[in-house]
Amino acid sequence: MIAINMFCRIACLLALSVCAATAAQAQDLRNGGKLLLTNGVSTIEGSGGGGLATWSTIAGNGTQEGIGGSAHGTVIELPDYNWTSYGLSVGFFDRVELSYARQNLDTIDIGAALGLGRGYTLNQDVFGAKLRIAGDAVYGSNLMPQIAVGVQHKRSSDDAVVAAVGGASPHGTDFYISATKLFLSHSVLANATVRFTKANQNGLLGFGSATDNDHKPQFEGSIAYQFSRRFVVGGEYRTKPDNLAIAREDDWFDLFAAYAVTRNVTVTAAYVDLGSIATADNQRGAFLSLQAAF
Amino acid sequence: MISLILALALSAAQEMPDMPDAETEVSEATTLPPEPQRDPVTGEVPVDPYEMSNANAGSKPFAGSGMRDAFHGQDGIRRVVNDMVDLSVEDPRISEVFVSHDLVRLRRTLFEQFCYILNAGCDYSGRDMVSSHKDLGLQIDDLNVLVENLQAAMAKEKISFAAQNRFLSKLAPMKRDVVTR
Repeated sequence: MIAINMFCRIACLLALSVCAATAAQAQDLRNGGKLLLTNGVSTIEGSGGGGLATWSTIAGNGTQEGIGGSAHGTVIELPDYNWTSYGLSVGFFDRVELSYARQNLDTIDIGAALGLGRGYTLNQDVFGAKLRIAGDAVYGSNLMPQIAVGVQHKRSSDDAVVAAVGGASPHGTDFYISATKLFLSHSVLANATVRFTKANQNGLLGFGSATDNDHKPQFEGSIAYQFSRRFVVGGEYRTKPDNLAIAREDDWFDLFAAYAVTRNVTVTAAYVDLGSIATADNQRGAFLSLQAAF
Repeated sequence: MISLILALALSAAQEMPDMPDAETEVSEATTLPPEPQRDPVTGEVPVDPYEMSNANAGSKPFAGSGMRDAFHGQDGIRRVVNDMVDLSVEDPRISEVFVSHDLVRLRRTLFEQFCYILNAGCDYSGRDMVSSHKDLGLQIDDLNVLVENLQAAMAKEKISFAAQNRFLSKLAPMKRDVVTR
């Protein structure tokens, strides 16, 4: 109930701010004015951020004077799974971000072991909205980060699997607050996000369980060093709930390098450790993501 | 055929009233007020008096000589300022900002400001950031272009990226004073 209430409030805030921003935009739009890489990349959930962790940055190259957006595709090769995801996001006046992502987890042989059939693919849609509420990731006070709040509504397409593994629901909504700052004096970008979620493996195994069905705070941290205008290297850590009785769930970790090939194209490569996924331990592998932003 | 000629003549006649307007615009453009008299010594256009202070630079200087050395001293700073101004004046995204701007004074005051902040042995004699930008109507996009041009100038001077960012960290808080819309 509290969650639904909060969702409504955030939705109202988002609607209001889009209206306000649009009304304020009587003069000409000016698109694509962000500094290189300051839009971040697309997360696996479609929101702007690092690869795994959501940041408070607004997707696309538009500043407060314009509208921007991005499209991305991501593949992760793991010992027992193949992940693909793709999505779109739109950023309005560096204030509001709306995003969509489709996640697909090919279970390969694990599918057969779980009785789903070899190559059974778990799918999920993620609808996101983010509102920047204060601060500036690049400019302004060196200590004041850019802060944003957001929601992600996730809908697994695999109701039967979710029920079979003990997930309480195939649908769920995450809420988060995120703070991001580029500390120019050290060329370091840092992000901290607190996410209230009951998602099992990001929601691909549903939300909550019979015994554990509350939103719990989880942490997403990123730290990155800027080697040049185009090249950034960093790491991320993301904690996750562990609701299901049938399989342990681990925190996520990655080491990434992002390169802005042009103002519009960013390539991100990472080593990811996704821990144990549905009884298959040590899911460590390679992450590759391509983003086109305007 | 005749009707076609008539139609052309008519349409030409209809366009006629526009022509004097266009001429008026041209003559207006050519009768802009003449540029104010420049100081024969400094080459600058005189400005209204104001209180000079290093506090006008908008940032405290770095301690020590590390940043001065990273920017290759006053000579390096001068090259960076001149390259940044050259790039910006010719940059179609922001060149408009510099139309009828005293570039001689801009180059001098920017040099002094950079040199002061980088602790390279200068005092800043320009105006503060609010009053020097209040009539420019800058948007954040303009500032980002200026930053890109400054980055290009610093890269050309072969200043390490870490030192570039350290310098930008002194300029970043000035955004609230220079972006006015």
